Amino acid sequence: MTYIVFGFFGILTLGGGILVVTSRNLVRAAASLVLSLFGVAGLYVLLEAGFLAAAQILIYIGAIAILIIFAVMLTQRVAAENRAATNSQWPWALLVSALTFALLVYIINIVWPLGIRAANVPVLAADPTKGLGMALVDWGQYVLPFEVASILLLGAMVGSIFVAREHHDD
Amino acid sequence: MVPLSWYLVTSALLFCIGLYGVFARRNAVAILMSIELMLNAVNINLVAFWRFQTPTRPVGLAFAVFVLVVAAAEAAVGLALILSIYRQRKHVVVEDMDLLKL
Amino acid sequence: MDSFEIANLFYSIGQVWTEWLTNLGLSPEWVSFTNKAMGAVLLPALPVMIVCVTIMGERKIIGRFQDRLGPNRVGPFGFLQTIPDIIKLLTKEIITPTHVDKVMYNLAPMLSVVSVILIWAVIPLASNVVGADLEIGAIYFVAVSSFGVLAVLMAGWSSNNKYALISAFRGVAQLVSYEVPLVLTLLVPVLLAGTMRMNGIVEAQAQGWYVLLAPLSMLIFFISSTAEVGRSPFDLLEADSEIVAGFNIEYSGMRFAMFFLGEFIHAFTFCGVVATLFFGGWRGPFVDQVPALGFLYFFAKMFAIYFVNIWIRITMPRLRIDHLLNLSWKFLVPLSLVNLVVMSLAAKLVQTPGADATLWQLLPRWGILLGANMVMIAGTFMILGTVSRRERNKQEAARVLEPVVSGFQG
Repeated sequence: MTYIVFGFFGILTLGGGILVVTSRNLVRAAASLVLSLFGVAGLYVLLEAGFLAAAQILIYIGAIAILIIFAVMLTQRVAAENRAATNSQWPWALLVSALTFALLVYIINIVWPLGIRAANVPVLAADPTKGLGMALVDWGQYVLPFEVASILLLGAMVGSIFVAREHHDD
Repeated sequence: MVPLSWYLVTSALLFCIGLYGVFARRNAVAILMSIELMLNAVNINLVAFWRFQTPTRPVGLAFAVFVLVVAAAEAAVGLALILSIYRQRKHVVVEDMDLLKL
Repeated sequence: MDSFEIANLFYSIGQVWTEWLTNLGLSPEWVSFTNKAMGAVLLPALPVMIVCVTIMGERKIIGRFQDRLGPNRVGPFGFLQTIPDIIKLLTKEIITPTHVDKVMYNLAPMLSVVSVILIWAVIPLASNVVGADLEIGAIYFVAVSSFGVLAVLMAGWSSNNKYALISAFRGVAQLVSYEVPLVLTLLVPVLLAGTMRMNGIVEAQAQGWYVLLAPLSMLIFFISSTAEVGRSPFDLLEADSEIVAGFNIEYSGMRFAMFFLGEFIHAFTFCGVVATLFFGGWRGPFVDQVPALGFLYFFAKMFAIYFVNIWIRITMPRLRIDHLLNLSWKFLVPLSLVNLVVMSLAAKLVQTPGADATLWQLLPRWGILLGANMVMIAGTFMILGTVSRRERNKQEAARVLEPVVSGFQG
């Protein structure tokens, strides 16, 4: 049963991803991105990281994907669809990606085989969401990165508003 | 439960799809979308390692949350830059942006 | 029937059903799968059933507000009007315009209904009746409602119609803006209850409903949820006098009906969420002895809030788009941020009393939380008064200098 669900979300993730990089119509590519991100959220649920799955849907689908679709609509003209989606280097890109994939699979299965099978999956802590919340504000653990992340978000917000604003003076 | 290596292979494949997109796409927004795919692949890895290796300590989860934050910031700034470029040049095709000044 | 039997009514029905399935020779895995699948079919059917009643009720109530009778031809007092309406919508021709993006065009109406129905999975209807009592219930609710934004955008873009696209842009700006105060005030009940489980939040309200402890959060949440639903005065998405009908202009027949259905379900679902988070959900007198009463209390609260929603809808005129966005970003977001900080400090100031605390032990906590809210509300009114006075003085000064005022102001 778990394997069927894993297969479903895996196909959703990878199929969406392939559509993102091959689709000519950019709005359709963005819609496939949503599909792919949803599949990733499903994988998180299978990994028993419910909070991260909800955060994934809320942040990626509810905010980032919407932002990307907006940007596509603002920067795309209707007639621009019939140009090629990829540049002239696409065979090389395909080769490099395939080689990278082969290397990664080699590493995963041959170099460092972790050998964790269905029989000996460790038991989950009682309340992982609570543990995550405590760890993020714990002095000994992640409070500094947490604060830096909030500064980063603030800076990104101010910066993107400044960059995207229309300058009327020039 | 599905073994760890399946998640890792899925994530590796997603990462390579994103890599191909970054190399091969012409449109800047499409490149940004491919980068989002790569970040997601990284996140799958982090969460999978957390679940199988250190389920009692939320290390992988915390890292995944930080990756989410960085992805959000990156998308916001990247799209703002793309909009700004579009105002100047009326297109966002990356390979045609070969002049330092308009 | 004595109370014990009512208390376990659903439980015993489930027992009988499970035994019957087991006697049929199904393995325990498949029995549990069948049970879950049945739950997944029955629970979404509930809001769709409720819609048939609420549409009728809403039309009747609006009729009374406007000093007319409302529909009164079909059935006693016109209460069966919905049935011919449904038949009409089902039998209408479904027209697909040329040059639409077929996949997205067909997917959008479904997504708009699904995004709303998914919320019902975490709303506790009674103490032991909840679709899935997730640990992360509150954030799940926000996450699935963000699909609605996607549906609006997909419908607007794929229809290949400029009015639909304008409406979708407006709609997404509105929905994304009002999601921020919504999430920020959603955190207050989570904070006070110490859990994101919806049932846990309801159980924690045994020590006083959160509308009494955090009235400001309730108000902000209610306003933002009205905007999320896109009802008047926030109905810019389908401002029929400006952009004909909004993002669903190109849809007809059942596809249009699905948007319609989605909007109606959305409206009372958010009222149900408000009832759960701030009005004690299924809590009420004697509910601990007779859990089945929880249904009655929950739906009574939900429909009472829905009535207020209809009242607002029929009373207020529509806002302009810039006023709407200003209301969110310059008023609700700062206020809800201040609210969140003050509430978390106030909640930390007094320790949460144990489950068996007496009234006297609860009073300091109530007092401090309510007092903090009163101070915030008073402060908001003072700031608003100062700003509006300054603005009025400025405008009056301008009028003295320039007697003929032309164009819009503000």
